[in-house]
Amino acid sequence: MKLPKYLIIFLFLTNISNVSFAKDPSALINEIVDEAASVLSSEDPVESKIIKLNDIAERSVDINGIGMYTLGKFRKSINEEQKSKYQKLFRSYFLKSFSSRLVDYTNPRINVVSQKKINEKYTIVNSVLEATSKRPKVKIDWRIYTKNPDRPLIRDLIVEGLSLARTQKEEFYSIIQNNDGDINALFKTLEEFLIK
Amino acid sequence: MNKVLSIFIFIIISSVSNLALAGDDGKIKVNGKNNNGYIEVRDCFEKVNRGIFGFNQVLDKIIFKPLAKGYRIFPQPIRSGTSNALSNLGNVVTIPNNILQGQFKDAGVNSARFAINTTLGIAGIFDVASYYGLKKRDKEDYGQTFGVWGMGPGCYFVLPVLGPTTVRDSIGSVVNIIGGDAWYNVTVINDTKYFSEADYYASRLLSGVDFRAKNLESFNSLENNSVDLYASVRSLYLQDRYRKIRNIDKTTDTLSDDDWEELDTQ
Repeated sequence: MKLPKYLIIFLFLTNISNVSFAKDPSALINEIVDEAASVLSSEDPVESKIIKLNDIAERSVDINGIGMYTLGKFRKSINEEQKSKYQKLFRSYFLKSFSSRLVDYTNPRINVVSQKKINEKYTIVNSVLEATSKRPKVKIDWRIYTKNPDRPLIRDLIVEGLSLARTQKEEFYSIIQNNDGDINALFKTLEEFLIK
Repeated sequence: MNKVLSIFIFIIISSVSNLALAGDDGKIKVNGKNNNGYIEVRDCFEKVNRGIFGFNQVLDKIIFKPLAKGYRIFPQPIRSGTSNALSNLGNVVTIPNNILQGQFKDAGVNSARFAINTTLGIAGIFDVASYYGLKKRDKEDYGQTFGVWGMGPGCYFVLPVLGPTTVRDSIGSVVNIIGGDAWYNVTVINDTKYFSEADYYASRLLSGVDFRAKNLESFNSLENNSVDLYASVRSLYLQDRYRKIRNIDKTTDTLSDDDWEELDTQ
């Protein structure tokens, strides 16, 4: 009789610990949207807003994962040195592009509508960027990487059904392919973008 | 000669509306059932396409973008009304395509919407049908219908003014001018005493400007943050067409990509 009792207590405690640490993907989106909105609507100078937005991205986006995804088939053919150089360049490129895309919005209103778990690794969170007098309502879906449920991370943004990560991947592919498969051409392009 | 001129003008003006659709389709590999989850779309004349794309970008800068900015000055109710009227007019192409794709319920709803909005909604300016519970459906065109029937996209290419397209989508556009678009038929082909050719071309131009105005910020952002704008637009166009042809509403279907499953960073 003792064994089942311990088993029940064990299961109960395990369950509690799971509940207390796992983070809901929708909660992640709500949290970062609120945080970003507060930064964007503040009176801070643009430089300060960019630093804060980058900090949000570093915490909530899987920048390395997106970087490897956008490299497509070339990620399998590059050496460790190139990989490390690419990851460094991609991180800077991503953060610059991320903050410059957002900083023009003054007070974006994004409402989470629903979420769907695709498998153990991914959950899609569906949200809506509310309409303003300048533009209509926009559907935004977020691909959340949930392999570690305690620390879900954003891997893609799908705006009206169009994946930003896929677009980026095809853009990088085009640059490498048009330079005879030379990854250095991509490095050069990214470096040029960063000093622009 | 008039006919040739009409066709030329049609192509020029519909390119404007294709520009609108340039939020539209996408790139070289679009997710599908073939070839390990991908359908290959070849960019057959990439160098020429890049040249035409550059030309279109200049046109956009000197004509369409300023027009779109000017259009933004009008009050929101006027822009909404214009957008509604143009969307209502689009039903004359969507309804036959609903039927051709076997979407009979959508064809019924769109027909009812068209009848109600054209009359009670005063030429479609007011979306009265939505008030009666007939919600707006997705647009359909002949390129999508060919896709639904199993026709491949063929080569990707860029048309002057009209922007990105594929062989299949271009054939779809030709169907419009050989009788598939009732609005074109009453304005250009039959040129009745009520409508003239100018009405048709004005509606196409307005449609392009309306789309451009709605997307001013997103286009700017794309231009400023892209390291290869041509490739980005191609990708977006092909992704969008893929999604529209399969009438995919579910994000997960659009996005299934083996690469995501391979990557583990945690």
